[in-house]
Amino acid sequence: MSLLVARGLSKRFGGLHAVARLDMEIARGEMLGLIGPNGAGKTTVFNLLSGFLVPDAGDIVLDGHSIVGLPPHAICRLGLARTFQIVRPFPRMTVLENVRVGALARCPRAPEALARAREVVARVGLGPRERVAAGALTLADRKRLELARALATGPTLLLLDEVMAGLNPTEIETIIQLIRAIHASGVSILLIEHNMRAVMALSQRIVVLSFGERIAEGAPAEIAHHPKVVEAYLGEEYVRAAPA
Amino acid sequence: MKWVLVAGVLALLALPAVLSSYALTLFILIFFYGFLGQAWNIVGGYAGQLSAGHAAFVGVGGYTATMLSIELGLTPWVGMLIGGVLAALLGAIIGYLGFRFGLRGFYFVLLTVAFAEICRVAVSNIDALGGPLGLYITFTGNPRQFQFQDGRVYYYIALALMLVATLTAWAIERRRFGIYLAAIREDEAAAEALGVNAFKYKMLAMVVSSFLTGLGGTFYAFYLFSLQPNTLFGIPLSVEIIIRPIVGGAGTLLGPILGSFILTPLAEISRLYLGQGGLHGAHLIAYGVLLIGVVLFLPEGVYPRLRRALARRSGQTR
Repeated sequence: MSLLVARGLSKRFGGLHAVARLDMEIARGEMLGLIGPNGAGKTTVFNLLSGFLVPDAGDIVLDGHSIVGLPPHAICRLGLARTFQIVRPFPRMTVLENVRVGALARCPRAPEALARAREVVARVGLGPRERVAAGALTLADRKRLELARALATGPTLLLLDEVMAGLNPTEIETIIQLIRAIHASGVSILLIEHNMRAVMALSQRIVVLSFGERIAEGAPAEIAHHPKVVEAYLGEEYVRAAPA
Repeated sequence: MKWVLVAGVLALLALPAVLSSYALTLFILIFFYGFLGQAWNIVGGYAGQLSAGHAAFVGVGGYTATMLSIELGLTPWVGMLIGGVLAALLGAIIGYLGFRFGLRGFYFVLLTVAFAEICRVAVSNIDALGGPLGLYITFTGNPRQFQFQDGRVYYYIALALMLVATLTAWAIERRRFGIYLAAIREDEAAAEALGVNAFKYKMLAMVVSSFLTGLGGTFYAFYLFSLQPNTLFGIPLSVEIIIRPIVGGAGTLLGPILGSFILTPLAEISRLYLGQGGLHGAHLIAYGVLLIGVVLFLPEGVYPRLRRALARRSGQTR
């Protein structure tokens, strides 16, 4: 059975169809990539799935229960955690305190949550920086903190919104290793990513969005050569001009 | 640090033995405003929801206990709790409107001020509540009527109120409740994404804060033997409540108390020396200047800075 099923998901902002009749499934244990040109509606999909936006139409079923209309905190407790594209650490809290907020979703008692937070912080490699104020971290560390906080809520499905954007190749390599390890521990992952090399390497399956609609779906190798995908990214002109 | 606090409390317990009656009054005010500041701190400091109408809760608490005492002969010791509950109810209504409909920042400030003003105008126009002249309490000196011949009793009650509010804040701070409030204050959307029911915790903070503040209304009324809508529900009292925790350090445990120890004597001294000869209200100018100084030089308040300075001296990391 699929872990998450979205059916006919639509969201419009005024005249703009940000997401239009989107169907999407994520299998238990899967790592699914969600790609598409800027403005394709990827982050809107994340906001719909995580409850920050309510869809105009469509249904979202997580683990057999419809989650449409539930507030974000309730969806988080059902096992769907997300990161934000623009990281949102609690700047005046330390790394450890930040992660503790997430850990409290599973361990209501503060001391146990702190112990759990410490484990997660070590797991993402921020152990040496656990007492540093989040506002003072480098971008790469803030991305890792964002990941650690979401992970501390004990998700079955993790939505990662461009966790590699703005990182250098070495930092990207470490975060790829980290995502692989999280996936290997049994967490299903939905990944929005602009870094094609990374998304191709990580994803088992990829869904391509363009202007809010799903234009392609398949294994990374198929997607890379799919004419509609090439067209969406490079333009119709390029497709016609390219030798067959 | 813990021992310093214990020593401080013991010293305050012993202090009335050596205080003049004027100094005793000053300490009563320091404790009382420290108490109100601490009660406000729970929602205004920890949760970061700037209520600028906390006087409304003082008013509701004070009028409730006084009316119950005058009309039904109910002892204010019980009336105090009923007043607290009614204040909490008002807090829940204001909180619901503000938090359910997403009023943030200035809009929440305006909502709370509006409610306090509505209460003030309403009470001023209800003759059964004494109208604009308010209510007067006959002094009997009967402890059952929350009245005491010996001023030191008020001292100990005010001190107890301040300690109760501070213990409440301390218990909140170290639990999930307090950690969630801090997360909401820092970034509400991020907190929601991490499983924090922001609406629920902001409501809880508002209810606890307004309940405690409501208790203070009874003390206010039965310490001064009178209550007027303009003083109990007025904006000046709301400002007095807010300014101490902000100067001392909002969202910190000792900030409101420190703020009261700094500002209450300042207010009294300026009232004493600047209050006569047409300089009425000059203490408000002193407040203004001090507030500008704090915002410019100590934006987190006095207490966080003081704690860091002490930590450096003792060579600790915290």
